[in-house]
Amino acid sequence: MSAIILFMAGIATIAGWWLSQQGLAAKPWLEEGVAADLREDSTSSLPPAKIGLGVFLAVVGSLFALFISAYSMRMNMVDWRTLPVPKLLWFNTGVLVTSSIALQWAYMAARRNDMDSVIIGLLAGGASAVIFLVGQLLAWQQLSVAGYFVASNPANSFFYLITAVHGLHLMGGLVALGRTTAKVWRSTEVTQVRLSVELCAIYWHFLLLVWLVLLGLLTGWTDDFVDICRQLLT
Amino acid sequence: MVDIPFDTVAGIPPAEVGEVELYHPKSWWTRYVFSQDAKVIAIQYSITALSIGMVALVLSWLMRLQLGFPGTFSFIDPNQYLQFITMHGMIMVIYLLTALFLGGFGNYLIPLMVGARDMVFPYVNMLSYWVYLLAVVVLVSTFFVPGGPTGAGWTLYPPQAILSGTPGQDWGIVLMLASLILFIIGFTMGGLNYVVTVLQARTRGMTLMRLPLTVWGIFTATVMALLAFPALFVASVMLLLDRLLGTSFFMPTLVEMGQLTKYGGGSPILFQHLFWFFGHPEVYIVALPAFGIISDLISVHARKNIFGYRMMVWAIVAIGALSFVVWAHHMYVSGMNPYFGFFFATTTLIIAIPTAIKVYNWVLTLWRGDIHLTVPMLFALAFIVTFVNGGLTGLFLGNVVVDVPLSDTMFVVAHFHMVMGIAPIMAVFGGIYHWYPKVTGRMLDEALGRFHFWVSFLGAYAIFFPMHYLGLLGMPRRYHDIGETAFVPASAHDLNAFMSVAALIVGFAQLVFLFNLIWSLFKGKEAGDNPWGAASLEWQTPETPPGHGNWGKELPIVYRWAYDYSVPGASRDFVPQNEPPAGLSAQGAHA
Repeated sequence: MSAIILFMAGIATIAGWWLSQQGLAAKPWLEEGVAADLREDSTSSLPPAKIGLGVFLAVVGSLFALFISAYSMRMNMVDWRTLPVPKLLWFNTGVLVTSSIALQWAYMAARRNDMDSVIIGLLAGGASAVIFLVGQLLAWQQLSVAGYFVASNPANSFFYLITAVHGLHLMGGLVALGRTTAKVWRSTEVTQVRLSVELCAIYWHFLLLVWLVLLGLLTGWTDDFVDICRQLLT
Repeated sequence: MVDIPFDTVAGIPPAEVGEVELYHPKSWWTRYVFSQDAKVIAIQYSITALSIGMVALVLSWLMRLQLGFPGTFSFIDPNQYLQFITMHGMIMVIYLLTALFLGGFGNYLIPLMVGARDMVFPYVNMLSYWVYLLAVVVLVSTFFVPGGPTGAGWTLYPPQAILSGTPGQDWGIVLMLASLILFIIGFTMGGLNYVVTVLQARTRGMTLMRLPLTVWGIFTATVMALLAFPALFVASVMLLLDRLLGTSFFMPTLVEMGQLTKYGGGSPILFQHLFWFFGHPEVYIVALPAFGIISDLISVHARKNIFGYRMMVWAIVAIGALSFVVWAHHMYVSGMNPYFGFFFATTTLIIAIPTAIKVYNWVLTLWRGDIHLTVPMLFALAFIVTFVNGGLTGLFLGNVVVDVPLSDTMFVVAHFHMVMGIAPIMAVFGGIYHWYPKVTGRMLDEALGRFHFWVSFLGAYAIFFPMHYLGLLGMPRRYHDIGETAFVPASAHDLNAFMSVAALIVGFAQLVFLFNLIWSLFKGKEAGDNPWGAASLEWQTPETPPGHGNWGKELPIVYRWAYDYSVPGASRDFVPQNEPPAGLSAQGAHA
């Protein structure tokens, strides 16, 4: 459970920092009137959708941290046989990086009000995300052709499960990306478009980060790190 | 955020919210069924949760009939008994309490208490309810599938949860896990709303430290639920794969009916870690909203400001944080590393500190207050007593050496029913009696309410107090029939019969409550805007029940905390949060 504990410690740090900004030492029973509270806006100036995405990413992060925890506990059992990671994953990783870059580019174009570039960026990002998903399916196929089935070993089970969960999150992102593209197409208000594109880009970067961590885990690069964490706990 | 010029001398400019920002229902369907109004969604959540809760109540009757009069009711066989236990626990903890506190009370009270027009993402909020309803429908459907619902116990421990000896192995367990996964997805949608609304939609002047404690409780509980439910999600998905695809995440090598199963090498303890990483915060996900509601009830009905507001807030946050590092105290006998037990016993006992602070503060709020023994107040007092009771037995069970002999006895059942069964239900009832006038514009009947209270409260003690004693005798939980057992004296059987009769009576008292809810809707006394003389914002709406958009043309401005009761020199014994202090006027306010 070390991964999730680390993750929760991170969340607790952010929450603690945020709470420390909120005047939790105030004595509300002595403080009547509005002056002190209205001058500095007590709510943050960020748009609600962005805060909402942030909270959602915390939830998704917690989900993946739990999968990683389960993975690192299960891999200690005697029946674990690490499976060979298909070379295709490296290509897929490259495609996902491209996808993230394209969306970042679209976001920068949106800030310049360059709507044509925004469309290109969004389409390129969406297309490469689809290629990534197809690539993941091909990787599954390669593995099952080679005889690594879902239920034949826990390492395989985890590989299929974790890549599937990550892929599903990306597919959810593609729905949001589709809606954003439609919004740009219908050329709605610029600030609205800018926010939507930014949220997509943030979500993509997050999923890329998650993928890199998962890749490290699945290829065994992070084994040493996992060992260190385990030793810290025992 | 609109930049509003501010000038203390001239007063505060009105904050008007353009009509365009609000969602407008266009037909009967979108107004009452597929509504995006948080108040309607709250009522939908509450009715669904209370309805499924009635199912769980009937299941508890059936269990008590079997325990009190073993052998009398031939239609309850051992398999069914296990199914009743499982469904009763699962429904009460997740589909009733979690949904009612967060989906019901949260949806209704958060926007009103923080001075918002609605939740920030109304569409997602609506979706949240419908996914929850789907989860409930899937859950109920397990009663009608071949093999019936799962009988794995509410903790669903593998390997037994998915082996053929357990009832509901075909369909029950699969649908149970699917229902949980749906519930978590639905809850996440709602939870995002509650958190972001508290963060972003507070009206002007409503600092975090002016929030009523109800909002603090629900807010913290929601944050915890958002972070803890993924653990149940992961556990459910992996158990589902073990069941459907034959993976071995949790399933060890085992022989079943003389046959070696296809499973091998998995770790049941891994499931327990994941389950309780959700399961323990879940206790506080249910308790924190109850803490908040009780704080507000006590303050209003004792006409006194809440004692130690700051400490109350800090304690809520501290409990929320600590509850994530105590989960393995449910696993002392699971075979995990014994050194963990020491660590988790320590953190468990540390939680007693912030919890005790809260209890002291409630008692000190009551001290020399002008206590009105209204029905909500009776329930609030019952909550405090019951929570202290359940908390004290928690100190027993939190210690490894005491827990080991008491594990899997009725003592544990008595403990968790006191602390997270009876106590939160008391808060639910208190909350309903308190806010029903705001929701419907009419008071619940006082006499029926008192009858409901005394029967429920005394009856609950008649059931669960003796249960501690049975547990100390060593009577095991989850047994259909203990038969002739040397260490259980005959008197214990009489006690069991007594408890069962009490359970039937308490159950019937809830029918009186349901009758009261429906009868008062039409025939109840007119409540007016603020029947209890409460200071918090939800009682200051221009209409009762609050109209669409909650507030009239302007959002309220908040000048003080929510607990100004019996202020010396004030004209009334309460000062509403949005009443301007003398000498300061809100420009453009209602003339």
